Parts: sequence; C-alpha cells; structure tokens
Amino acid sequence: MDKPSPGLVRSHCVGTTAVVYASDYLNKLTGERIERECRRQLDCGCRALVIDFSDTQLVNSIGISILLGIIDVAEKSGARVVFSEVNNQTVELFEMLGLTRHVALAKDEHEALLNLSSYETMRVVH
Amino acid sequence: MEPSTQKLIHTFGALADLGQEIAGTGDFTEMVRTSLHLLLGTLALRRGAVAECVDAGALSCVALWGLGDRVLRQFAIAESEKQSLLVAQERECLVRESETGFISRQREGLLREEIELVVPMIVRGEVTGLVLLGGKASGEEFSAADFDTIKAMVRHIGVGIHTHRLLEQVAQRAEENRRLYEELRAIYRDTVRAFATAIDIKDKYTQGHSERVGRYSALIATEMGWSEEEVEGIQIAGYLHDIGKLVVDRDIINAPYRIDAKQSSDLNKHPEAGYEILSPINHPYADIPLTAKYHHERPDGRGYPDGLTDEQIPLGAKIVSLADAFDAMTTDRPYRRRRSFEDVVRDLRENSGTQFDGKVVAAFARAILKEVNGASKKRPITKMLGKDYLQGEHVATLLSDLISELDDNARNAARATTSAGSE
Repeated sequence: MDKPSPGLVRSHCVGTTAVVYASDYLNKLTGERIERECRRQLDCGCRALVIDFSDTQLVNSIGISILLGIIDVAEKSGARVVFSEVNNQTVELFEMLGLTRHVALAKDEHEALLNLSSYETMRVVH
Repeated sequence: MEPSTQKLIHTFGALADLGQEIAGTGDFTEMVRTSLHLLLGTLALRRGAVAECVDAGALSCVALWGLGDRVLRQFAIAESEKQSLLVAQERECLVRESETGFISRQREGLLREEIELVVPMIVRGEVTGLVLLGGKASGEEFSAADFDTIKAMVRHIGVGIHTHRLLEQVAQRAEENRRLYEELRAIYRDTVRAFATAIDIKDKYTQGHSERVGRYSALIATEMGWSEEEVEGIQIAGYLHDIGKLVVDRDIINAPYRIDAKQSSDLNKHPEAGYEILSPINHPYADIPLTAKYHHERPDGRGYPDGLTDEQIPLGAKIVSLADAFDAMTTDRPYRRRRSFEDVVRDLRENSGTQFDGKVVAAFARAILKEVNGASKKRPITKMLGKDYLQGEHVATLLSDLISELDDNARNAARATTSAGSE
C-alpha cells in the first residue's frame, strides 16, 4: 500500500488503477483531502480510480460537491471512476442526485477492480 | 426511505450547514467556498462560481468549483442589466431560455463554460453579485423546488458576503479613526512642545528646562511602572508645568540676582496661573492642570500655593516637582554653576520625605543607575546631563546607597503604619 499523503488519506495502486479510501464522514476537510489524493494519482498516470467507502457512514452536501469535482477531473483525464462498498443510504443518495450516471458502483474493492479490468479488456477487443 | 423524504433531509442538512457557515467568523474566502460547495452538493450541480459586482460592471470571482480560474474575466454586467435581473423570473435565469439582458448577451460564453443558470445575489434591493451554476449531475431539468432551494441558498450567501463587506468597512473606518486620533495626539504633543519652548524662551537662563522636566518626569514614571499612556501624560505635564510663568514679568524671571519678597510672591503665583491657563483645555491625559498647580507643593506642607501635605499632593505633581528641582540643580544659572552629582545626591537624600517624595526619588535614582551600570541601552539622562557628568565609579555607589536607604525608610514607614493600625 502506498504511503498516505499529507492529510492521512489511505491509497494504493493496482496497475494503473488507484484505490483511494474515503473516511467515516465525507465532509469538506476529508473530501478535499480525497480530492487532492485523486488528482495526485491521476497526475501520476492512473487511468482509473476506485473510491472505497467501506469506512464511510455519511456523505454531506459538501462531500457530494467534491465527489462531483473528482468525477469531472477524471472524465477530463479520460479516467474511469468506480465507487465501492457504498452503504445503502449513501447509494440511495447517489442515485437520487444522479451521481450513479457518471460512476459505476461495486460491491467491494475486488469487484471494482474486476469491473475495471473487464472494461479495459472490452476496450482492447473492440 | 422515500426519495422525496431523503431529498428533503439532504436539503435541510445543507441549509443548516449553510446557516452555520454564514454566521461563522472564520476566513471569508473559505466561507464563500464552503457555501458554494453546499449549494452545488445539495442539487448535485457539477460546477459553479460566486462573483461579486465590482467597479465598472466587472465581476470579481470569490469562489468557483469545476471552472477555470479565468472564467469570469470575460463577463461584465451593465447597470441596466442589473436592474432587469432584479425582476427576472425563474425561467429568465436559465441560460438557454433567457431572452434579454446580461444572460442573453453572454449566452454563448456561458454555455461554452457549461453554465446553465445565472442567479442574481440581491441584497436590500440591489444586485450585489451573481451565482453561476452548471447543470445537474442527473441531467434533469431544474424543477420549481430546485429554483426555490437555489434562491434561498443564494440569498443566504449574498447576505453573508454583504455582511462581511460591511464589517470590513467598519473595521477600515475604525482603523482610519485610530490613525486620525494618533495624528491628533501627535499634533497635541507638538503643540505642547512648542508651548514649552515658548515658556523657556521667556527665561533666557533656563532654555530647554521644560523639555527636560518632561523627559525626566516620563523616565521616573516609567520606572514606577506607569502605563504608556500615563507616561505620555506626565511628560506633557512636565512640558507645561511652568506655563504660568507666561504671566510673570520677564524682569523677575530673568533677574540676574536674588529677587526680593514682592518679586518672589509674584513668581510664586505661576502654579495657579498655569492651572488657570490649562484648566479650560480638554486634555487627552488626566491631571495636567493639577500637576502644574501643585508642582511646588512639598510633603512636609511647606510648599505653595495651598500648603498641601504628603497624601494630598497628586503623585504626578510629586514627580514633576523632583524633575523640576533636579534640572534646576544640574544646570547653570546666572548666579551659580550647576552642582556636582555628589552634591545633588546629598540634597535628594536630605530632602526626601520633606521636599521630595522618597519613593519618587528612589525611582529616579534607579533610572539613573540603570544608565550608569549599562542595564539600560538608551541613555537619555546621560544625554541631557552631558556625558562627563555621571562619570566615575563613585556615581553607582552613591545611587545604590541612596536607593537602599530610601527603600529601608519606605519599609520602616510601612511597618509603622501596619503596627499603628493593629493597635
């Protein structure tokens, strides 16, 4: 696992995919740390982001705004974003607000990585 | 949970957070940035900016998200366009639908930046800025409920910015007033010093006396632990202590011989004359007229004009009295040379408790000793007396002995008072 960047965001890379772990409450402070980490990973050449919400209980409005920013930056870099292990309440929120139109949801990190690798394979085949 | 209920909870949460953010006293830019995030996150809008209207219709960006730093430079809003935004209906704020005014004129540029909604910030019937918003992440059209939420949040943000700017103006005015007050004080000080010079010009043998008395008084007061403002006040009182001499005949002041009883009586009226001159003035410091009036009073009650005794004499007058006498002893007069430092110290010792207040003499001696033994880097007393006057190892010993004796006296007096009180 990569050393956490300043602000203590956990992340690691699997090939060209960065897995970034969101904290328990995704608000401004934690959201901005995650956004910085995602930007850093994309700048380092990552082609996909998995944001893992296994520790996340709650996402507020600021968190939503910051996640949209991450999606925007990723889209502009041609990178895919998958959210993994999102709790039911947060899934409902993401669906209601339309975030799920821009990201795929995965049961866990493993499924997220599989999802991304099959997408890459499909892209090569087609 | 029903989607509509969840949406309501999400929106209420954001409104509560926004209220807290606006009411906070934290960093202004952060406040606006957070408010923008809250607005975007409530409806999942992909980008947005908060801009203030500044001079000549230019828009100054306060916060943005998902847009380039320079996005607002291309837009400016005319006064007439602000007026039309004041009455704009909801659909008129939609970039694709607006048919008149700013939004219509800037449609191409706004759409290029993927801005779909322009909402005016209206405070007290004036457009103070604009909030530019991108589309919803869901791809849905803005609903009437969305417009209501956006309008409420934009109003909050507008008021927050307006309040902050008002507070900035208040702080700026307070700073200007403080500076003006400082300037007035400086003018007052300069005027007083000019007066002191005028007083001293009248007495050709004591030029610079009032200035020196002011400075000695300030040094004594500092040594006694007075505040900066009190020290400034006593310095002014020192400059003006002899202002009453302006009404005394110049021949008496400049007599190159010992004056007779009648002339002495005339001269002794100067403290009261000084009080009369200074009383009508609204001084920024306390007790300046009283200090002029009582600077010839003595703790033993043999002073003038009122023959006050120790406790009745204001401490400021005691300080100026010592500074006045010290300067008289350490400067040349027409009928005598100045006295040696040993002689002056002897005089101070002998007259402490009768002519001078012992604690004031001890404080002055400590201030001089600090210069003599190098404890004080600045040496104003040495400068006023001339560099040779305080030379010699005996000077420090003289001062130390005097301080020690006066401190002993003070301790004994305190002990006597305590035991008298307990009997």
